[in-house]
Amino acid sequence: MPPKPLPLKILDWASLAMLAVATYMVFFYAPMERVMGNVQRVFYFHVATGWVGFLSLFVAVIVGIIYLRTNNLKWDIVGLAAVEIGLMFSFINIVTGSIWARPIWNTWWTWDPRLVTATIMELIYFAYLMLRQGIENPVRRARFGAVYAILGFVSVPISFMSIRIWRTIHPVVIGSGSSEAQGSFDMTSQMLTVFLFSLLVFTVLFVDLLWNRIRLGQYGEKIEQLRLKLMV
Amino acid sequence: MESREVDKVDRVDRVDKVNRVDMVNTVDRVDRLDKSTEKSAITDHQSPITNHQSPITNHQSPISNYLRALTAIIWKDLAAELRSRELLSAMLMFALLVILIFNFALELNVKERQNVTSGVLWVTFAFAGTLGLNRSMATEHDRGCLDGLLLAPVDRSSIYFGKMIGNLVFMFIVEAIVLPVYSLLYNTNLFHPGLLLVIVLGSVGYVAVGTLLATMAVQTRTRDILLPILLFPLVLPVVITAVKASSGFLQAVDMAEIWPSLNLLIVYDVIFVALAFMFFDYVVEE
Repeated sequence: MPPKPLPLKILDWASLAMLAVATYMVFFYAPMERVMGNVQRVFYFHVATGWVGFLSLFVAVIVGIIYLRTNNLKWDIVGLAAVEIGLMFSFINIVTGSIWARPIWNTWWTWDPRLVTATIMELIYFAYLMLRQGIENPVRRARFGAVYAILGFVSVPISFMSIRIWRTIHPVVIGSGSSEAQGSFDMTSQMLTVFLFSLLVFTVLFVDLLWNRIRLGQYGEKIEQLRLKLMV
Repeated sequence: MESREVDKVDRVDRVDKVNRVDMVNTVDRVDRLDKSTEKSAITDHQSPITNHQSPITNHQSPISNYLRALTAIIWKDLAAELRSRELLSAMLMFALLVILIFNFALELNVKERQNVTSGVLWVTFAFAGTLGLNRSMATEHDRGCLDGLLLAPVDRSSIYFGKMIGNLVFMFIVEAIVLPVYSLLYNTNLFHPGLLLVIVLGSVGYVAVGTLLATMAVQTRTRDILLPILLFPLVLPVVITAVKASSGFLQAVDMAEIWPSLNLLIVYDVIFVALAFMFFDYVVEE
């Protein structure tokens, strides 16, 4: 087994250190929001995890298309890694949003278009994992996985459109939001710094996790091959 | 004594004659039957043979060949269903049971009914639809029929569209029976042309994705459980807009409010049919 490459080791420590700095900035550098108070601080990580979740699933789709074109199984490992990471970060995104919504919207959950789309996305990619679990043939698993990942990614914006007919109460901080939105606010320059920094931190963390997960996938494949050799 | 014996012999003889005539008759009949079956077998054989050879011998346009392959697949599904009637009866029973359960679960009184009718209808169609989709692909897969279809010298997309249209026909039949039954049981008139249009559009989108995913699901270990899990989140936009448009028509809302949902429904149909058509090749290739 090749040892962990040096760049990856550096990336591990760098993302850990940056995450610590970001956490510090969120709690001590960013000013307190006047209306919402401390609970607004969840916003920095909420948006950052949402961004990573979306980015990761997008990577899974691109990789799925590449797999269908090349039929090279190494892309399948990347696809699975991206879906798992995307699923986890989207889930963190939903949970942090829920924590923020409890005092601001006075409810943990509401059937808002944004929330519903996030849930559908979560369900689709959970179904993706179940689909993979049901297939033993690795080539077929990779092919079906790629097809379903792409289909799911097309379906998500469509779902968003279909429920967008309802009015949303989810605030839009960047750009202009809906007039119905509850809990919107304007960022000060310090807030913007923290926000952009946490976006950067989570992107770095995403690259680090993806890399590690791909290595794990490669090890898993090696173990599978060894097991097949033993059985023969 | 003698006369009696003669009588007996005579009778035996007569019986024998009758038997013989009978036998000759039956033999003749069997012979005729044999010939007729042979004939029908020959004609039966001939049609697929001519179908297969048509791309080479008949210099017909590729479109008519494509259509012939398509209709052959649809007809095969319909004929198999006409003879066994296992799929439709199961779908129908299931649909009626779902309506029955909803009746008790939702207390469908006159006031409530107006709001939930479209939802109840679509849930019923969606659940009954998965049953049909699963079954239609499972029979193809289990008996190796899918391999036979793939070996046939026809375009792969004609297999997809053939299966899809076959499934669509089953869905329409179920809907055509559920709608009057629902109207009868709950004393609401569901025969609104707009509602029928929405049901057609919604079913097309549902079956388009459903056929593709059912083809995937039957090739997995956990297939019966897997199809609804794969299908429902993907097909949700179709169901959501279909429910909206249907309830719009049922509550006689202004057309201006229904148009957005109707347009979206058409867009989804186009997108989902195109995607399923694109990916079907990847799902069946070995």
